[in-house]
Amino acid sequence: MSNTASSRAVGVGRVLIAVYAILALAATARSVYQIATKFEVAPVAYLLSALAGVVYIVATIALIGRGSTWYRVAWVTIVFELAGVLAVGTLSLVDGVLFPADTVWSFYGRGYVFIPLVLPILGMLWLYRRRPSAVA
Amino acid sequence: MIPWFQYVVIAVAVGAGLFALVAGFAGRKPSDYSLGATALVEVLLLVQVVIGIAAPLTGNPPTGDLVEFWIYLVSAVLIPPAAVVWALIDRGRWSTAILGVACLAIAVMVYRMGQIWFVQVG
Repeated sequence: MSNTASSRAVGVGRVLIAVYAILALAATARSVYQIATKFEVAPVAYLLSALAGVVYIVATIALIGRGSTWYRVAWVTIVFELAGVLAVGTLSLVDGVLFPADTVWSFYGRGYVFIPLVLPILGMLWLYRRRPSAVA
Repeated sequence: MIPWFQYVVIAVAVGAGLFALVAGFAGRKPSDYSLGATALVEVLLLVQVVIGIAAPLTGNPPTGDLVEFWIYLVSAVLIPPAAVVWALIDRGRWSTAILGVACLAIAVMVYRMGQIWFVQVG
């Protein structure tokens, strides 16, 4: 692919984007299933899971997209993810009823090999390295 | 699902995944080996599709939800071709690593599918 396509979908960033895409697929598909079949068990958690899935999709697109607007969108979505996994991870330890173990962020993403916890940090490092002033 | 076949799929997917990841980080472009290994994972998944259709009809029903099982299986079947297409278009080292990531994701998904089939209550 040409190097003018995007300043972020290059090199190891492409692996990051692929992992984001898989996580987006996993979180979204699972939350759709949960909302469709057992919404009443934990409505807050499953709605938040769906929101998380959508945010992962937006983050994936923002990482691929070029320009400073997508760069900002990528930062917002990735910060949101980190805040989400930390907040829900903590809440799931405190209140197992409100946040059962099978949402993407419960127990800091334990059900997803802690990828939801590690990925935003890697994402931020990548965004910082590819910041517009550094790449020009 | 069939236990031994599930283990074969997971073993092949982990093997292919680690191989492609290592090859990718070592700077190798997608090769016949990394692409072939990913294709093999896809073939095994297609066999799993046949097993998934046949098993409930032959007295091997899932203990968990069949719908959830199929969401996983259909998603899994879509991932290796996407990674292979990516690797054929973009022939760089990171495409090899992406083949590896895709195969490892398959391994996790097949593991989850086994949990749904064999050890779910309700």
